Amino acid sequence: MSKKVFPDAAAALEGVLFDGMTLMSGGFGLSGNPENCIAAMARLPVKNLTVISNNCGADGFGLWVLLNNGQISKMVSSYVGENKLFEQLYLTGKLQLELNPQGTLAERIRAGGAGIPAFFTKTGVGTVVAEGKPVQEFDGEKYVMERGLMADVAIVKAWKGDTAGNLVYRKTAQNFNSVMATAGKVTIAEVEHLVQPGEIDPDAVHTPGIYVSRIFQGAGYEKRIERLTTRPREGAKA
Amino acid sequence: MSWTREQMAQRAALELRDGYYVNLGIGIPTLVANFIPPGVDVTLQSENGMLGMGPFPYEGEADADLINAGKQTITQLPTSSFFSSADSFAMIRGGHIDLTILGAMEVAENGDLANWTIPGKMLKGMGGAMDLAANVKRLIVLMEHTSKDGESKVLQRCKLPLTGAACVDLIVSDLGVFECDKKGGSGLKLIELAPGVTVDDVKAKTKAKMTVAL
Repeated sequence: MSKKVFPDAAAALEGVLFDGMTLMSGGFGLSGNPENCIAAMARLPVKNLTVISNNCGADGFGLWVLLNNGQISKMVSSYVGENKLFEQLYLTGKLQLELNPQGTLAERIRAGGAGIPAFFTKTGVGTVVAEGKPVQEFDGEKYVMERGLMADVAIVKAWKGDTAGNLVYRKTAQNFNSVMATAGKVTIAEVEHLVQPGEIDPDAVHTPGIYVSRIFQGAGYEKRIERLTTRPREGAKA
Repeated sequence: MSWTREQMAQRAALELRDGYYVNLGIGIPTLVANFIPPGVDVTLQSENGMLGMGPFPYEGEADADLINAGKQTITQLPTSSFFSSADSFAMIRGGHIDLTILGAMEVAENGDLANWTIPGKMLKGMGGAMDLAANVKRLIVLMEHTSKDGESKVLQRCKLPLTGAACVDLIVSDLGVFECDKKGGSGLKLIELAPGVTVDDVKAKTKAKMTVAL
């Protein structure tokens, strides 16, 4: 058995969490959330977390649970709308927030995982995002410097993974998961299907196993849909 | 008389060109997908990691792993591809998206755009709007000309925190169509009126420098 394989979230999280740590959590809205890891963390005493995640869950789901437990002290996100608890904690000073443009957030994580301490982007020039940051001109255009991001632990969710840690994501549930997998000092992957080596075509691997420290097969995925939107079938009665 | 939301979306859809890669923002811009002119083939990007967005799924066929940036369930097409958020914004930042159509709270005559926050009132975040504003080849704002209180959303300078500076090329509002001079400083140019709307109607509801070139 590969040393990377753990039986469940509680076992995979053992020994890597500490108060005041920085955590990356994959997902976009409620799609591709590491549901098992989040639920297990909610049962542990770890607190004062800085969480880097595009959003902060939604009422009763995802990172919202850690927020509701008072375990998060700072969020680094791009969008925190539709989350009343978040707004209330922020406005009463109980939660710090660093808003990043979504692409800047993704690139900061990519850079962190790729050993790049900083980069320049046009995004945010002339806005509050660029305040206090170096702005430099290249070829007649202004760019703002942004820093790479790393985390003590990254928790990510994939569709399929093998015992060597190679991961495959499914459709738009990939989102931030694959890039966050590269930027955790420890990366814990939960997968819907844990398979043996050889069962994933090497050409189809999204995240090579080098980035994954621990892997387990998750259970009981709820995969909640935030905005179910459908259309009637042609010819169906209205 | 002025354009309805659907008519505004229909007018904005006339700016689409065959072969374009397009990112549509949340709100009225999403409706543009319903009015793509016949013979014009465009590929819709969703910044959470998809090219080639299909229509909403049939009832009972929604997939939690397949959503758009507005978190609505969608479908894929034979030409679709999926990728990470980092790759998604690399294609945006790299200038590979031909056109983005976004909603706005305020637009200024110099092309400044504000659409992500109202300090002290609304805490949401910019999502991908700043990345789109700074890096997409052409940006169209699609919005009601005035706020719910009747205040002009077309201003000399934005009062709200900016999403992007000098980034708007064209405004399609319920009153008409306006070109923005992002670089030259000559203000807005009214190039088209919605049916039944007069130049005076537009002037009364616009707090920006505007020339008329109908």
